[in-house]
Amino acid sequence: MNAENSVKPKVVVKDLNFFYGKYRALKDINLDIADKKVTAFIGPSGCGKSTLLRTFNRMYQLYPQQTATGSIVLDGDNILDKNQDLNKLRAKVGMVFQKPTPFPMSIYDNIAFGVKLYQNLNKNDMTERVEWALRKAALWDEVKDKLTQSGMGLSGGQQQRLCIARAIAVKPQVLLLDEPTSALDPISTAHIEKLIDELKEDFTIVIVTHNMQQAARVSDYTAYMYLGDLIEFGDTSSVFTNPKRKETEDYITGRFG
Amino acid sequence: MLLHEARLKRQTIYDALFRGVTRFAAFGVLALLAAIIFSLVMGSMPAIKAFGFGFLASPDWDPVNDQFGALIPIVGTLVTSAIALTIAIPVSFGIALFLTELSPRVLRRPLGVAIELLAGIPSIIYGMWGLFVFAPLFADYVEPWLNKHVGSMPYIGPFFSGPPMGIGTLTASIILAIMIIPFIASVMRDVFDVVPAMLKESAYGLGSTTWEVMFKIVLPYTKVGVAGGIMLGLGRALGETMAVTFVIGNAHELTKSLLNPGNSISSALANEFTEAFGDLYTSSLIELGLILFFITFVVLSISRFMLYKLSKREGKAA
Amino acid sequence: MKERLRNKMMELYTRRRLANAAGLTISVLAMGFGLFWLCWILWTLLVHGLPALTAEVFTKMTPPPGSSGGLWNAIFGSLMMTLGGTLIGTPIGILAGTYLAEFGQRGWLAPFTRFINDILLSAPSIVIGLFVYEVYVVHVKHFSGWAGTLALAIIVIPIVIRTTENMLRLVPSTLREAAAALGAPQWKIVNFVTLRAARAGIITGVMLAIARISGETAPLLFTSLNNQFWNDDMNQPMANLPVVIFQFAMSPYEDWQKLAWAGALLITFSVLTLNILARVLFRQNASTH
Repeated sequence: MNAENSVKPKVVVKDLNFFYGKYRALKDINLDIADKKVTAFIGPSGCGKSTLLRTFNRMYQLYPQQTATGSIVLDGDNILDKNQDLNKLRAKVGMVFQKPTPFPMSIYDNIAFGVKLYQNLNKNDMTERVEWALRKAALWDEVKDKLTQSGMGLSGGQQQRLCIARAIAVKPQVLLLDEPTSALDPISTAHIEKLIDELKEDFTIVIVTHNMQQAARVSDYTAYMYLGDLIEFGDTSSVFTNPKRKETEDYITGRFG
Repeated sequence: MLLHEARLKRQTIYDALFRGVTRFAAFGVLALLAAIIFSLVMGSMPAIKAFGFGFLASPDWDPVNDQFGALIPIVGTLVTSAIALTIAIPVSFGIALFLTELSPRVLRRPLGVAIELLAGIPSIIYGMWGLFVFAPLFADYVEPWLNKHVGSMPYIGPFFSGPPMGIGTLTASIILAIMIIPFIASVMRDVFDVVPAMLKESAYGLGSTTWEVMFKIVLPYTKVGVAGGIMLGLGRALGETMAVTFVIGNAHELTKSLLNPGNSISSALANEFTEAFGDLYTSSLIELGLILFFITFVVLSISRFMLYKLSKREGKAA
Repeated sequence: MKERLRNKMMELYTRRRLANAAGLTISVLAMGFGLFWLCWILWTLLVHGLPALTAEVFTKMTPPPGSSGGLWNAIFGSLMMTLGGTLIGTPIGILAGTYLAEFGQRGWLAPFTRFINDILLSAPSIVIGLFVYEVYVVHVKHFSGWAGTLALAIIVIPIVIRTTENMLRLVPSTLREAAAALGAPQWKIVNFVTLRAARAGIITGVMLAIARISGETAPLLFTSLNNQFWNDDMNQPMANLPVVIFQFAMSPYEDWQKLAWAGALLITFSVLTLNILARVLFRQNASTH
């Protein structure tokens, strides 16, 4: 399914199947992720939206028994290729999780951790980079005086923005957000949604959300998934106002799910 | 970009190196076990050659004439552990029941910690306390009473008659029981804690009493884990050295009476090993150690197997 | 008819209630029974140990039979060997525990090692003493502080392995995923993220291991033996509190027995303090997460 032919795709997913052991969790998924846009995956829980997201940086690789077939091409490079260098891939594809995951170290070190993996920056450049990332994540003003304190002392919403800052500090091209606001209060959620809107100037963003209003608010394209199938994919306004498939309409209008 | 590639390459090497080092350490545990078994077998070779399987059944222990047999210490180890378990199981169950169901919320933690502290006291302290405090009281008050009232009974009488010396198999068993109660009780408590609250609530909802919930719901549900905890306590009891050595009397005699001094494998080792003269004497003691290791290995294997089985079922239920 | 049925039900109900009351009473008694020994043992230690705990205990060496003296050489020996055993055993234990928790998902090595380790955890410590005697003391032909250190290290390893693995497993997998998503290689994830997150728990485990070995007697009997005099050479037989307590308590001399009580009090209270500290530390840290 092509979202729109005029937009240059950043990621092309082709005939993707995913297995937890023998269980087939994704069935022949085909879709294009547009460059510098926000694409949302929605659907009832267990539909495979998170699973799909986690193939984009091969997170499933951490667990034995999980396998993917097909291809996901990022800038002409197949992510699923056996010879794909995982560390290199993950430098290009950043990820933020459902719950905030600050590392047990200072705020500064949390952000420097990822940068140090790929670049040898001197102290000044590193401090600059940390500030840049924190500013991008709209967290700088709140933490600039306590960079040496533990990242675990921040509030939930701040922690999540710290994680976003940590992900973008590496300067990835694609940013994966796995239900990034599901553990946050409404005010923090609003913060993050505003942030997503700003970040799409620099990054290609893919977001998984269980909250349809959120998908409608932040995304340019929406994919509706159900039981491992991609049911409908198109630009967000048409998916929400004029769904082509009956299943999508049922879900969106709340008759199901 | 080339620098970048080199960095990544180096990381892969570090990864392999780190994994290799941890793997090596894990492998070291297996090597340690193999080395223990190997060295004990080598050390006991002279005794095995001299006495063969007869070693296990012979009550001889005669350093002067170089005649050795393991029967008395083996029996001593088994008897003391068996009596200790008989005392410890019901008490531990009571403690675990108290801690999981009865204790007021405020007291639950401190009391649990107190029981764990009891498990933390070094065994030599139990032994010393047994020798100086418990044994004299036992000799003055309990043993005469046992002699008078139980000693004359048919069948069990002979086990409880004898000189009230305070030191002997029965005293050692009781000290051992006090020592292993906290171990068994804390395993039981942990095991009882895994019972889903809903299961207990449904039983209470039918109007069951606490006692009925424990005996008819919790215990059957956790029986594998409880058995594992008991075996763990047994493993401790079999191998315990200091608590027993102080009070068992270290006498190589085979008597029916539990009031008489006896011996166990570990206390024979503790008392005699550094003073043993001659290869055969030393080697016989090492063979005793090998036998002890074998027995505890079997008991602990069964215990672990049972505890794994319970946790596996838990994993499935979750 | 109806009346009789009701009576019967009441009768059953009373019996159930009685059984319950009896069972619960026994349970309370059992709890009391457990606490009773703890209190009695601690009380005895205080009564006998406190009067014996003089300044001489910390300044003088262990005396010859029948005369008075202190325990300083034994205290020093115990500290040295406990420290050595902990320093040798802890890194090995942490490495192996890390393997079990982080790398051991596939293959036979991890499950097998876990099983063997759980057995070594409760294996009779006197057998460990025999083992070190066989492989070390026999070959160098004398008892020594190093031999005792080695025996204690072997006891530390399984304890640290078990707590390291348990604590690493408590670290949420999302933290691992977050580090992996940044492209961090596994050795960095483990060293800088998961092990750090599990630090408090692992330190607790090490403290419990120290508590355990500082009271161990059996493995030292055949390894470090004892030494009546001051000795700071780890290559020589070394005095240590547990063996001195064993020897002095079993002796007929009153001075020696008094010193044994003083030593027993010292050991028990340091072990209990370590136990309590470990728990407090762990609780404090667990609550900030």
